[in-house]
Amino acid sequence: MLLLGKNTQKSILSAGLAACLLGGPAQAEEIWISNEKDDTISVIDVETLEVIRTLPTGERPRGIVFSHDYSVLYICASDSDTVQVMDPVTGEILHDLPSGEDPEQFVLHPDDRHLYIANEDDAITTVVDVVSRTVVAQIDVGIEPEGMAVSPDGKYVITTSETTNMAHWIDTQTQELVANTLVDSRPRHAEFTKNGSQLWVSAEIGGTLSVFDVETKAKEVTLEFAIKGVHPDRVQPVGFEFTADEKTAFVALGPANHVAVVNADTYEVEDYILVGRRVWHMAFNADKSLLFTTNGVSGDVTVIDVAKRESIKTIKVGRFPWGAALRP
Amino acid sequence: MFLRTALALCLSATVATADVSVEIHYLRQEIEQPPVLSNLDPIPADLGLRGAELAVTENITTGRFLGQTYAMEVTTVPPGGDLAAAARSALAHTDLIVLDAPAEALLAVADLPEAANALIFNAAAPDDSLRGADCRANLLHSLPSNAMRTDALAQFLVKRRWDDLALIEGTHPDDIAFADALRTSLTKFGLRLRSEKTWAFDADMRRTASQEVPLFTQGLRDHDILLIADEIHDFGRYIAYNTWEPRPVAGSEGLVPVTWSDVVEQWGAAQLQSRFDKLAGRPMRSRDYAAWAAVRSIGEAVTRTNSGDTATLRAFLLGPDFELAGFKGRPMSYRNWNGQLRQPIPLVTDRALVAQAPLEGFLHQTSELDTLGQDRPDSACTAFLN
Repeated sequence: MLLLGKNTQKSILSAGLAACLLGGPAQAEEIWISNEKDDTISVIDVETLEVIRTLPTGERPRGIVFSHDYSVLYICASDSDTVQVMDPVTGEILHDLPSGEDPEQFVLHPDDRHLYIANEDDAITTVVDVVSRTVVAQIDVGIEPEGMAVSPDGKYVITTSETTNMAHWIDTQTQELVANTLVDSRPRHAEFTKNGSQLWVSAEIGGTLSVFDVETKAKEVTLEFAIKGVHPDRVQPVGFEFTADEKTAFVALGPANHVAVVNADTYEVEDYILVGRRVWHMAFNADKSLLFTTNGVSGDVTVIDVAKRESIKTIKVGRFPWGAALRP
Repeated sequence: MFLRTALALCLSATVATADVSVEIHYLRQEIEQPPVLSNLDPIPADLGLRGAELAVTENITTGRFLGQTYAMEVTTVPPGGDLAAAARSALAHTDLIVLDAPAEALLAVADLPEAANALIFNAAAPDDSLRGADCRANLLHSLPSNAMRTDALAQFLVKRRWDDLALIEGTHPDDIAFADALRTSLTKFGLRLRSEKTWAFDADMRRTASQEVPLFTQGLRDHDILLIADEIHDFGRYIAYNTWEPRPVAGSEGLVPVTWSDVVEQWGAAQLQSRFDKLAGRPMRSRDYAAWAAVRSIGEAVTRTNSGDTATLRAFLLGPDFELAGFKGRPMSYRNWNGQLRQPIPLVTDRALVAQAPLEGFLHQTSELDTLGQDRPDSACTAFLN
C-alpha cells in the first residue's frame, strides 16, 4: 500500500516534469516499439513523429501491451523467460510476472486481469493473473505458439501455432481447447473483427490470410496477395490491424516490404504501400488516422497516412523493431 | 463433408482418437568413415536420426489435435550388413521409409520388388545421378544435391564478381563428386576455373601445413577465391591463411554452401535450433535437417490430406498444394519431375550466415529455388513422367 503511494507520487512528479519540458499538453500520444535485438523500447511522439525516449528492457523484447488504463506496460522479454511490468511514466520495471519459458506474444483479456501468453519454445499457452501474479493455467497447444487474439466478449482466446499450422480455440471459462482449426503454413497473427463474429489468421509461409466464421469455426475465405515485381515466396503476411470502422485491414507482408490494404467486406486487396524491410507488426494512433509499422531488417518504423494510404515518414528506432502499442 | 469436418473438430477438442495412424521406418546403413587428419570434429553417431526423431515429436503434437498418430521404428545395419534384408522386413510393416545410406545401397532398396509401392526419402546421399538418370519414382530427396549446393556458391561468386577461380580437390569419391559439381556450376554461371590441383599428400598437415601449402598453391593462376573440394574434411581446414596469395577459401571449407548449420537463426530458425539442441544435446547439422525435413514432409502431407495412404501422400507431396515451412525463409516443395525437395541453400562460415541462395537477381519462370541444381529441361530423370 505504502509502495503504491510512493509510486503514484513519483509518476505524477515525472509526468509533470515531462509536460514542463515539452511545454505542451500533459500527455501527448505515443507509439511504443519493442526492439528485439537491442533490448529496448523506443517511444515515438505521435505529434512530432520522433523518438523521445529509449527505455531498457529484459532480453529480446517482442510482444508489448498496455493495461486498459495505461498504467502499466506488459513486455514479453523472451530470452529472459519472463513478462516484465513497466511503469510507462518512469520507464522502471516494477516487477516480473511468471510467464513460462520464452514468452513471445500475448493478449490481455477484456477483464484486464488475465494475460494469455504464447510460450514459443514449449508448445504451451500460459494464463497469468496479473493481480495475484500467479499462473492460472497452462494449455498444451501446437508447436511454436505465436499469434494471440481474444474475442471482444472474452469468451475465446486464440493461439496460433507456427509449426503445427493451427488456430487453437481456448474457452476462457474452462481454460481448455474447444477446437483446433488448420490454417496455412506458419500462422503468425490473429484478430477478431466484425463484433467478434469473424476471426482472421495470417500465414507467413502460406502467404495467405484465412477468415473464419466464429460461430461455426469454419473457414470462409482465404485471401492471397500479389505484388508486381515481388516473388510470391517473399509475400509473407504477418501482423495486421483493422481501421476504426472495420471496413479495411492493413496487412504487413514481411520481406515483401509492403503493407496490403484489404477491403474487409469484399476481401479484395485494394492497395500495396511500400514500407521498410521485413515489416512485422503495427499500431494505430488514437483516432486511427496514422499507422505505425515495425520494419525488422531496416530497423525503423514507417508512418502511414491511413486516409491517403501512403507512407509519410520513416523513423529510425532500435535494432529489429518487433511489437508496437499505442499509449494515448 | 461438412458434417465430417464438424465431427473431427468435436473429437479433436475432446480426446484424440486415432483415425489415421502413420508408421515411418528410419533405415540406416552405417559406413566406415575414412580416416582424416584432425580429430577435432568427430561425426556424431546419431547424425540424421536425431532430426527424424525431432520431426516425429512435432508430427505427434500436430496429430494430437487431428486424431492422427505417428510412430517411428529405427533399424541400423552395421558396415557390410544386409541392408536389403533389413529393408524387406521394414517394408513388411510400412511403405514410408527414411533412408540414410549411400547412393548404391539406396538404389538397391528402391529397386526391391517389395518397395514398388513404397515412398522412400533419401536423407543422406547428395549424388546428382540420383536426381538424374538414376532417379526412381518411389524415391524423394530431402537432402539437396551436390549441384544445388555448388550452384548456390556459384551464384554468390557471380554476385560478388569473383569470376576467376582455382580449385584444390581431394581424392575421396565424395571430394571428386563435389569437385565435378563445382566445375559444372562454374560453367553454368559463366565463371572461370583457371587452375586445378589434386591434394594427394599423406603428410600430417597439422605439423607441416604452413610449409607445404604455400608451395602447393604457388603455381595457381590469378584467382579471386580458392575453392576446396574436401567433403570428408581431411585436409581442407589447413589451407586457409597458408596460401601463397592472400585469398579466401570456399567450397568444403571457409564459405560453405550447406543444407543447414547452427549459424542459421533467421526465419524462426532459432526455435528449431533450440528444440533440436534440447533433444540431441548438440547443434543441428545438414544431415539432421534432411531427415527432419523428410519426416516433417510426411507429417505435413498427412495433416493436409487426413490420410495415411502412401499413394495419396505421394500425390500430395508432388502436387501444387504441398509446402513445407523449413525455417529457411521460403516455402519448400518437391520437384515433381525428379522428387527433389526445393530449398534455399545457406552460405555459411563457422560463425555466421553470409548469404542464402537463391540470391536476388537469379530468376526462374517456375520458382527461384529452381535456379539451384539441375533444372527440368536438363534432367535425365524420366521415372516421374506420368
